[in-house]
Amino acid sequence: MVAAGDPRDAVVWAALDEVPDPEIPTISVVELGVIRGFAFEPMVAGGERLAVELLPTFVGCPAIDVMLQTVGERLRALDVADEVSVELSFAEPWTSDRISAEGREKLRAGGFAPPHLVEIATASAPFGGELAMLDVASCPYCGSRNTTLDNPFGPTLCRAIYHCEDCHQPFEQFKAV
Amino acid sequence: MTMGTRPPDTLPREAVAELLLDLADDEFVIGFWDSEWTGIAPMLEEDVATSSISQDEIGHARALYEMLASLTGDDADRIAFGREPEDYRHAALLNHPRTDWAFTVARRYLYETADAVRLEALARSSYEPLARLVAKMRREERYHLMHLDAWLTRLAEGGADARGRLAAALEHLWADAQAVFTPPGHEAALLEAGVLPEPMAALRRRWAGEVGERVQSLGLPPLDPTVGAPTDGRTRRTDGFRWLHGEFTMVARSDPGATW
Repeated sequence: MVAAGDPRDAVVWAALDEVPDPEIPTISVVELGVIRGFAFEPMVAGGERLAVELLPTFVGCPAIDVMLQTVGERLRALDVADEVSVELSFAEPWTSDRISAEGREKLRAGGFAPPHLVEIATASAPFGGELAMLDVASCPYCGSRNTTLDNPFGPTLCRAIYHCEDCHQPFEQFKAV
Repeated sequence: MTMGTRPPDTLPREAVAELLLDLADDEFVIGFWDSEWTGIAPMLEEDVATSSISQDEIGHARALYEMLASLTGDDADRIAFGREPEDYRHAALLNHPRTDWAFTVARRYLYETADAVRLEALARSSYEPLARLVAKMRREERYHLMHLDAWLTRLAEGGADARGRLAAALEHLWADAQAVFTPPGHEAALLEAGVLPEPMAALRRRWAGEVGERVQSLGLPPLDPTVGAPTDGRTRRTDGFRWLHGEFTMVARSDPGATW
């Protein structure tokens, strides 16, 4: 939905890339892949609206409202449109595959194992292909793959808890969904 | 939170609203029941897991209530917290108090598997806002299924006491679990419009077959395959639920109309 060639696009993307995830602030909302896109739309009463679509990582994520608010505030400060709207969207499901390569590296540097890339095998597996979701997480501290899953549920909806058998550190993984 | 998409004029709105309320109330009520385990689950890991699962379900309920509110011009918080107990439409399976851990595992296993079959169908719904939300929900529900199947196995193989309690709970809840598939009052209209791609009775048979096989594979007593959905499956309310209703509406009732 991004109009090709609008010089404001790069400015908007750069500003969005400065907005941190509220729960894991080492990564931006762009790197997290929650910005589906944006468009400059003419308004009925005249003027132009910058409309942003935001995909929630988890439907029940309590950080959604903060994300919508901080994205809106950052873009209003740019003064590139008369109005800014930030809408939650389910037009396509956010998946952890949307986290960028930079985002994955920042997660690791921040002590979070990035999610493995998910090949969703839903069609043939019973009750929705749940086994496709589990894989070995690499320890973000020592890089070992000799790790065990302690709990697929963690301190926020998007995190799982692991333990590294080599450096004996507990660590969290950004869950694959 | 808004869904944005305006439904086409051919949409049987009243029927869709009824379906959305059934779905939302199921997620809302089981989310509140199992959040009661926060702090007192059998182990610390399970405290975290059951709380996280409950938070997912209440989040799903919120999105469904928002969708319903945008369809009918209502307010999601009012729908969630502003009704009398008799006006809730969750399945009879979700009337029961959480009881012991085996009961909670049995109830949630039956609910998660039934919900998975229902969501697989609704992902094919002609009502796009619902199909899209369901596609997202299913990615989260996978973790619930995996977790509950692990608990089902653990209790089934966990010695006579655990196994006995699990078997008794499954048998006790089996009839009320069918109520997840109570046909909505306007099912024919939903089927004709493609909002509901298959009749609830067909989904129920598929689910009962899959659960029956799983239970059999664990050597648990067989569940009666001839039990049907009770006719009052979504209208019967109990003192257990009235108590929970008092709990989850307590804050809203303390300051009606407040926004936060």
